[in-house]
Amino acid sequence: MKRLKKIFNQKPKNILNIYFTAGYPNRDDLVEIGLALEKNGVDILEIGIPYSDPLADGPTIQASSQQALKNGMNVRLLFTQVAELRKQSEIPIILMGNFNQVMQYGENQFFRKCAEVGVDGVILPDMPTYVYEEQFKELFEELDLGITFLVAPQTEPERLKKMDELTRGFVYVVSSAAITGGTGGVSDSQEAYFKRITGYDWHHPTLIGFGIKDHQSFAKACAYANGAIIGSAFIRALEGSTNLGQTINEFVGSIKKEKK
Amino acid sequence: MKPNKNGYYGKFGGAYIPEMLYPNVKNLNENYLKIINSDSFQKDFKSLLKDYVGRPSPLYFAERLSKKYDTQVYLKREDLNHTGAHKINNTIGQILLAQELGKKRIIAETGAGQHGVATATVCALMGLECIVYMGEVDIERQAPNVARMKMLGAEVRPAKSGSRTLKDATNEAIRDWIAHPIDTHYIIGSVVGPHPYPDMVALFQSVISEEMKWQLQEHVGRENPDAIIACVGGGSNAAGAFYHYLEDEKVRLIAVEAAGLGIDSGESAATSVLGSEGVIHGSRTLLMQTDDGQIIEPYSISAGLDYPGIGPLHAHLIKTERAEVFSATDQEALQAGYLLSKIEGIIPALESAHALAALEMAKFRKDDVVVVNLSGRGDKDLATYIAHLP
Repeated sequence: MKRLKKIFNQKPKNILNIYFTAGYPNRDDLVEIGLALEKNGVDILEIGIPYSDPLADGPTIQASSQQALKNGMNVRLLFTQVAELRKQSEIPIILMGNFNQVMQYGENQFFRKCAEVGVDGVILPDMPTYVYEEQFKELFEELDLGITFLVAPQTEPERLKKMDELTRGFVYVVSSAAITGGTGGVSDSQEAYFKRITGYDWHHPTLIGFGIKDHQSFAKACAYANGAIIGSAFIRALEGSTNLGQTINEFVGSIKKEKK
Repeated sequence: MKPNKNGYYGKFGGAYIPEMLYPNVKNLNENYLKIINSDSFQKDFKSLLKDYVGRPSPLYFAERLSKKYDTQVYLKREDLNHTGAHKINNTIGQILLAQELGKKRIIAETGAGQHGVATATVCALMGLECIVYMGEVDIERQAPNVARMKMLGAEVRPAKSGSRTLKDATNEAIRDWIAHPIDTHYIIGSVVGPHPYPDMVALFQSVISEEMKWQLQEHVGRENPDAIIACVGGGSNAAGAFYHYLEDEKVRLIAVEAAGLGIDSGESAATSVLGSEGVIHGSRTLLMQTDDGQIIEPYSISAGLDYPGIGPLHAHLIKTERAEVFSATDQEALQAGYLLSKIEGIIPALESAHALAALEMAKFRKDDVVVVNLSGRGDKDLATYIAHLP
């Protein structure tokens, strides 16, 4: 988790976290994509573990997961690829997955493996907080592994506080009541919610995700949080790319820079 | 049998859901028992079950079937309910609950369409907007039920993700619920999903065994049968038929799963045999999955049993050996369906035919009282029955 801490210390604003699905578009693209994102100034990588039945993912990420599974991606291979990426890079890496996949690997083994290959934190949106507290909290502390909890527009103040307390690393602020990949950008009612979120006295950095897709929505999100997470829009950019390096250069450039 | 405060039966159950669903599920969890146990709810629920659904459903002594199996077979006739199956017991309960919670929009998932029809029916009755998610593949193979739902005023939305069947329809319904956290109630059709759904659906279906108690008293002079047989996909009809006998160890509880083309054929839905512990649709339970935790698409001739998981209550009953499990293949179910039609004049749903097939497998004494829960009628399956006629 030290890499995560370092980045938030160095750069309290405008953190760009890019999500991509492991094994997509091709099975072994993870290292190349990770390095290219780092080279272009992305601050954090969030790597999705492809799953057959994700509940909170929209069509774009679902389709990338299906393709990745068809490509032969699996959890063991993912750890090998992340270890390879870690040899060449110091960028913070977050793994995003569904609790069932962790269960099948063996929860303790999974978290230990994360620490071993240089993963800085995990996001498991469907893991209940009591399961984390009762079974894994101590292990995360021992491994110095990060864990990110989500808050959403309907999350009550008391629960915000709990999520903040349990989080190690950063809190994930879900931008709207939606699944991933909404294309609406950031609306007025969302801004009201962001303001409410900003008003809370966080002990951890916050990143806003879901529906962040371009420079404008990224900038808006950054006004209310330490940064933002972009997933579906990046997956759409990767789709059909014949030159990953160039695609990534253009995509990250379009997010970071004002379009003339 | 009640789940603990976090919604577990033994180690199965709980609520493994993304944060976006948390407030909705919490709201339901904090209110469902209070609402269900209120006098006004019970009054409405009972009166609709009686006058609209047609309950109590008869408990029928199947004399010729009894003779054939040399035991005393009773059929609990859920097939005679309005809309043709037990599913409506649950949708009546949930629509009253949704109204009480102030919800204006109803969503549901459906496989064969029975739960979709039962949901569309109660939405028509109450004048609520109804959206039913159904796998694209199932829409094609269950055209009459799709037409029925539309006639009842529901919108049928195709689930186009994954394998485009029941599990994907469930995924889509959950995604819809995530996107509509304020005005929408999700009527789950079985004893699956995050807590409190398994408990809530079991409660609504428990009317089945509640009636069995006094009906058996009338028929045989005692409340308890020696065995109850029910098919299990997600497990709602079995939960209802077992419910009031769960604590009475002397009553054998027999769950029948769909073996499809055979347990080892790779085309099966026998979750308790082929499955392992994991999380599906928000619940920790048994499910069919790969070593990597990817969910395996199940197969059964019966679309209602074609589900890769099983309700957490059943996972618990099976793992603690309170319930026995049998599995019936497509062929065994078809034969049981033809037999009941011929000797009792009742065409059972293919799901219920799996339960009947267990009469061939389990051993009973001559004076044993065996209740088979006849969960639905076979009208919807005529094309399948006819196509496979020997």
